[in-house]
Amino acid sequence: MVEVENGRDDMLIDGIEPKKNQNIEIPEEFNANYLRAYYAKLFPYTDMYKWMSYGNDGRHPGCDQSYVGRREFSFTLENDIYVRFLSFNSVTELEKAIKEKCPFKIDIGAVYSVDPAKKDAYSQNAFTPVERELVFDIDISDYDDVRFCCSGANVCSNCWPLMTVAIKVIDTALRDDFGFNHILWVYSGRRGVHCWVCDGKARRLNNEQRAAITEYLHVYKGNENSNKKVSLMGPLHPFLARSYTEVLKDFFEEKFIYSQELFSNEERYEKILEMIPEESVTSELRGKWLDNKRSRDDINMARWGHLKQLLQSGKHKALGIRRCVEEIVLSFTYPRLDKEVSKHMNHLLKAPFCVHPKTGHVCIPIDPNHCEEFDPSAVPTLSKLLEELNRGGLRSEGEDELENTSLGKSIRYFRSSFLQPLLKSCKEEIESSYAAKTQQSKNSLSW
Amino acid sequence: MEIVRSQRKSSFASSDIVVPTIPIYRSTPDLEVRLEEFELYAVQRLRVLHGISDGLSRGKKPDEIEKLVGDLWKVNMMHPDASEVVNKDIISHFVLRLVYCREEELRKWFLSMETTLFCYRLQLETAEAQRALWDEFGLPWKAVSIAEYESVKDKLNQVARSIGQSLSSADTIFYKVPFEEVPDLVAKRKVFVQKGIAYVATNQVISILMTQYRSHLSKALALTYRKWNSMIREQEKDRLTPVIEALSTSYLGPDYSQPREYAELSLKDIDQVAKRSFPLCMRHLFEKLREDHHLKHWRSYATGFISQVEVHKSSLGKDVPQFFIMGVGLKLDDALAFWKAEFSRKVGADRFDKEYAYSIRHNYGKEGKRTDYTPYSCQKIISSTPGVGDHHGCPYRHFSLENLRVALAKMGVGGRALEEVIDKTQNRHYQLACTLTFEAVHGASCDAGVNHPNQYYIDSKRIMESKNNSKSP
Ligand code: SF4
Ligand SMILES: [Zn+2]
Repeated sequence: MVEVENGRDDMLIDGIEPKKNQNIEIPEEFNANYLRAYYAKLFPYTDMYKWMSYGNDGRHPGCDQSYVGRREFSFTLENDIYVRFLSFNSVTELEKAIKEKCPFKIDIGAVYSVDPAKKDAYSQNAFTPVERELVFDIDISDYDDVRFCCSGANVCSNCWPLMTVAIKVIDTALRDDFGFNHILWVYSGRRGVHCWVCDGKARRLNNEQRAAITEYLHVYKGNENSNKKVSLMGPLHPFLARSYTEVLKDFFEEKFIYSQELFSNEERYEKILEMIPEESVTSELRGKWLDNKRSRDDINMARWGHLKQLLQSGKHKALGIRRCVEEIVLSFTYPRLDKEVSKHMNHLLKAPFCVHPKTGHVCIPIDPNHCEEFDPSAVPTLSKLLEELNRGGLRSEGEDELENTSLGKSIRYFRSSFLQPLLKSCKEEIESSYAAKTQQSKNSLSW
Repeated sequence: MEIVRSQRKSSFASSDIVVPTIPIYRSTPDLEVRLEEFELYAVQRLRVLHGISDGLSRGKKPDEIEKLVGDLWKVNMMHPDASEVVNKDIISHFVLRLVYCREEELRKWFLSMETTLFCYRLQLETAEAQRALWDEFGLPWKAVSIAEYESVKDKLNQVARSIGQSLSSADTIFYKVPFEEVPDLVAKRKVFVQKGIAYVATNQVISILMTQYRSHLSKALALTYRKWNSMIREQEKDRLTPVIEALSTSYLGPDYSQPREYAELSLKDIDQVAKRSFPLCMRHLFEKLREDHHLKHWRSYATGFISQVEVHKSSLGKDVPQFFIMGVGLKLDDALAFWKAEFSRKVGADRFDKEYAYSIRHNYGKEGKRTDYTPYSCQKIISSTPGVGDHHGCPYRHFSLENLRVALAKMGVGGRALEEVIDKTQNRHYQLACTLTFEAVHGASCDAGVNHPNQYYIDSKRIMESKNNSKSP
């Protein structure tokens, strides 16, 4: 419950009944009326539409005016009614439809060969996805076997850092290994993060290439029946080696073993011992850990130390355990991707700046360079934003209204760190490919 | 003699340059092809592709597939005349391209099987032959310079170690290739990737060639499709078109045309075996044959095999029983004796020898050069339309419910099982109905379902045999 203070009774936003001379109580985080108000006052239509246009809304002759209108949107309406294959030819159309339908969720799909809203007029072959951001979806609920603080959709400050390291690992790989530059990370509103890779090169990947990147980034084998979630054949590939030494190892040793108390009791440390296929090692460790001698060191740190020492002492040369320390760290901390979302062009993903209908959280961007500062519990909620709007009252109008709320920071980040550089490179790309095309046609004339 | 001639010149004729041993099928060959070879080669290549598809769907491992491809190729794609081998390869590919260009699903299947075939054939080739293909595709990517090699050497070695390969030496050549071109190497982390560039070692070139081949073939298929629609279909409507159309509907499951080890069947057992192990369709035909000693359309399906194309034009189903008999492994002599015994009562032994024996022998590959077609699958039988007085077809589909009940009762299916079979039949799940019948008759499950009368028979034999074995002391 959130109490909203409102000293003024003359200025109220849409959808909330005015009550005279008393505080307005906003009883829950989310309802359709709040959402309507959010869409009326705050949703950044222009920025979203600019993004989806990828520079094709310009006046340059190389712009493809049909581009943005071939993008699929889908709405999930209040009663779980799911409307697919919507398309919008202008920001006004988009804004009008959202305000009218008040979708609980807006998904963004692929750019198709023809306007998806008219797809039935074309043969099946003529209607195919031609472009799509490379997207990733990481959910904390996929980590339930390695976190003991929460489960399912719940998340707290002890387990959220798993998302933080996931962002770091994947973001670095996308930039350094694959050479992508225009990457947007977004809080999914409840249990995880989404990633949008928007470079032209990424949008034009075919399904096989998407699958290749996904597999490259995928290590964890989610299999209930196998103790080992990660098995390594030999030394680590440079990408994994970098992820391990630069991010995951330190996170595991300095934070995660404490926050999850991974070695604090038998049940927990058995989970780890199960990953060591060498009897002599595990029984030695068990023996050591049975007598609960108090030491000055933290028990988690001490036991992890024993384990590492034993596995890396060189006493055990068995092939199967050479990679065990790395395997354990990766099993607990390596990003767990929902692979199917990334592999196919026509998969839909929730749009940024939607509001999660369960939590009322706005799906705001996360800056990968400062992702450890991101706190999901501090994300602006619908009710908080409305309160801010009410408080702000008539003092500000339009654009500024948004900027003055706690969403302002997110919008500014979205514009300056993502949208502007993206549109700049889109413009360059459009111009250079147009120049190449005209050059080509000149050449072919002279032949 | 029918001659199929293509208009364009081939690049395979010249022999003074190193020609890759595996063609990439750039242009249709300038060869004379007899219509029967046209068809025969296509069917044989199809066998190879089906074999691969089957192996893949059974989850065979790469080394097993490699062996499988080698064997399939040897069995089907050799030619007594060594100089004809390449031609056969090329012709069969182009015929199937025509067959498989015409629908999205067919194209996809063909593309993926041909690419797999190409890849495994390539693995059997020398590095030199692979280089020749690199040139053939005209690939633009540069090798890593020595100076640059020094700067990434550690990473390259790290990758090599991570996939259990020995360290690369300075004379290993690495190519810098956009990662998009080598998706399979990227997926398995078999290459070092930096800023979108994959460092591909010489021994990984296959991956690149494969991607090239796939995209080359994919484009070619789209083009062939357009040509087929705009001209070939019409131009060839009396000659190739019927062949092409028939080939595309051929059965895609396991190959039942080759007799199996456990499928040997001798004439004296056939009645008993028919009762026990034939699916309803074949059982019915068999009984009718025994009763009438003549099947209405026997003549037309027997002679149908003799002329090349006629078999495709003739309506489906007429040649079912003979193929089935062949598929279950009746030896040629037994088959001849069987058919002779059955037919000569009606048509006379003389006429039998003259008119029918040829086609039976023919199907066993003794006479003529015609290919043996795979016996028909359920799907094909179910979609056939038997005329009045015909006995072929799938009983679940083509019988009245009353007759079906009687027939099932004769097989010993009753009670709940019978009702379930009827229920499936009414819901048009004919193969499922047949599967339930199988399970009721044998008291054993049939997890794969019934897809082919021969499969029904083979599964049945297997169960019967294991029952017999367990009974014997
Ligand atoms: S389902 Fe197949 S095997 Fe069974 S009766 Fe029909 S055609 Fe014959
Ligand atoms: Zn938690």
